[in-house]
Amino acid sequence: MEVKYKKTKGLTDSPLSYCPGCTHGIIHKLVAEVLEELGVLGESIVIASVGCSVFSYRFFNCDAVQSAHGRACAVATGIKRNLPDHVVFTYQGDGDLASIGIAETIHAANRGENITVIFVNNAIYGMTGGQMAPTSLIGQKTTTSPMGRMAEVHGSPLHISEIFSQIDRVAYLERVSVFNPRQVRNAKNAIRKAFTYQVEKRGFTMVEVLSSCPVNWGMTPVDSLKWIEEKMVPVFPLKVFKDKGVENNV
Amino acid sequence: MGKILMKGNEAIARAAMLGGLEAFFGYPITPQNEVPEYLSRYLLEEGKVFVQAESEVAAINMVYGAAAAGFRTMTSSSSPGIALKQEGITYLCGSELPCVISSVMRGGPGLGSIQPSQSDYNQATRGGGNGDYHVIVFGPETIQETIDILKEAFDIADYYRNPVMVLVDGLIGQMMESVDLTKPVKKRFLPEKDYAANGTKNHPGERHIINSLYLESNELEHHNLSLKKKYDLATANETRVELINMNDPDYVIVAFGTMARVCRSAIEKLAEKNIRVGMIRPISLWPFPSSVFETMDAPHLKGILCVEMNLGMMLTDVLVANNGRHSVGFFGRAGGVVPDPDEVVDAILHFNERVVK
Ligand SMILES: Cc1ncc(C[n+]2csc(CCOP(=O)(O)OP(=O)(O)O)c2C)c(N)n1
Ligand code: SF4
Repeated sequence: MEVKYKKTKGLTDSPLSYCPGCTHGIIHKLVAEVLEELGVLGESIVIASVGCSVFSYRFFNCDAVQSAHGRACAVATGIKRNLPDHVVFTYQGDGDLASIGIAETIHAANRGENITVIFVNNAIYGMTGGQMAPTSLIGQKTTTSPMGRMAEVHGSPLHISEIFSQIDRVAYLERVSVFNPRQVRNAKNAIRKAFTYQVEKRGFTMVEVLSSCPVNWGMTPVDSLKWIEEKMVPVFPLKVFKDKGVENNV
Repeated sequence: MGKILMKGNEAIARAAMLGGLEAFFGYPITPQNEVPEYLSRYLLEEGKVFVQAESEVAAINMVYGAAAAGFRTMTSSSSPGIALKQEGITYLCGSELPCVISSVMRGGPGLGSIQPSQSDYNQATRGGGNGDYHVIVFGPETIQETIDILKEAFDIADYYRNPVMVLVDGLIGQMMESVDLTKPVKKRFLPEKDYAANGTKNHPGERHIINSLYLESNELEHHNLSLKKKYDLATANETRVELINMNDPDYVIVAFGTMARVCRSAIEKLAEKNIRVGMIRPISLWPFPSSVFETMDAPHLKGILCVEMNLGMMLTDVLVANNGRHSVGFFGRAGGVVPDPDEVVDAILHFNERVVK
């Protein structure tokens, strides 16, 4: 019998801890497939951040370091500077990266640390039960913005990729999503490019992935995907912000 | 090699390199700036890693990463910076990662001053990170002793898979002394770092995971108890103390670091007045050398005077170690003031006014 589809070697057999319909799982699969396809699992080290993805150290089939909330890029720096030929990547939520860890992330980018950041933007703090994130949308109701996010009180959604696009040593930066199969394929291409650039030692690479949190958004998984497409994408447009490979080719 | 003249902070940097330092991460703060400045030149020259981090929080987490990957790593800072490192320190302890932290104390609280102080005794020995953990802390008295301890510190850290802190004050950091960098230090058998997260190609068939998360209470308790075993072992084997003049003393002074230097002069001055004063000089501050208080043979002892450059921090350890046996007094200056030997002499002469009730 011909095997048409099988689980990637990039994931362990440990059952995922994500809620039903959460797109964290899809993003895990894409990253794991890319690592397998590039043949770099044996030299990869994932930095698991604090958020729903904290257990990613169980899921990715490579060495793993669990880091303090927000510090993933500093931990990655400490590893990568010592192991420059390894593949080092962080997997971080928006609370972890855009709030408490903004300094560590922006400075790792500015130093051009040759790491890959998978930035999962679900516009909410998932693990702690649905509080407002720096990326929450205007009007979005969360447990700490029960009347909806108000720009005058809470500020506006932070556009991380737009900010990071200004940083010289960023080699690759794209915002993608996973709300339909075409987007999933795009996301995988972006992730592949980011890791390829890391292997080629081109500098800091980041892929922002607009992701769902059906549980804390209070929606069905299907409505969540619609919400990403209809509400999040207009605020966080999907595009390549930076591609040093292309720039260098012109 | 003979003796050379060296500034304390530069000696810290050089000694760390002699101890096998492979990766340094730090953030500028007075009075320890010469440590990173020195390493930014000489460590890089040796092809090793130096990064000026964006903050102390980042620096200690870079240390966490480097230690996770199996490298000998260090950070250096001073009081407000060590405050910021507490998060990383508890993670290092929880994940059982070795590193060396050099802490050059200045006055506090808050921004305090940049003058030498010992007011981070509690910060170092108690820590401000969360959870049941300990850092092994040494408080050397001279630049030579600082060098000798730093040269050994990476071995101790590796042996226990735990952070080791070398705690000095700004005076030791800033002064110059003639030192011998070649003095041999104790070597110990160290197992392979079979935990290092350095890619499964280096350890096929086995994933290495560095982690301090144990969501199940029984599992975490098991982890806590295994850490406790390690701390008990360190208490048994790493406690260090110097006993000075302890032959039938009238008084015993307890002091560490710069304060012990001052007290040595005070003890000589008191001897001229025929007052016999001994000194217990803790070299390891955690583990604290409590047992010497039990075994101390001092039939004519009138009291123990704890002397610190703060308002009474090590005093708690002295009171616990003394366990009510003798009367305990305290003398301290704060804010960056280094007491004069005469002030210590005076404190002994008026011991009764110094007794801690
Ligand atoms: C220092 C610290 N502060 C707060 C927390 C609590 N905490 C755990 S996860 C989290 C937010 C996670 O949100 P996000 O990064 O967006 O990831 P998600 O769970 O949505 O995937 C917070 C605040 C913590 N663990 N450590
Ligand atoms: S809380 Fe939200 S982000 Fe976290 S696993 Fe559940 S659905 Fe996903």
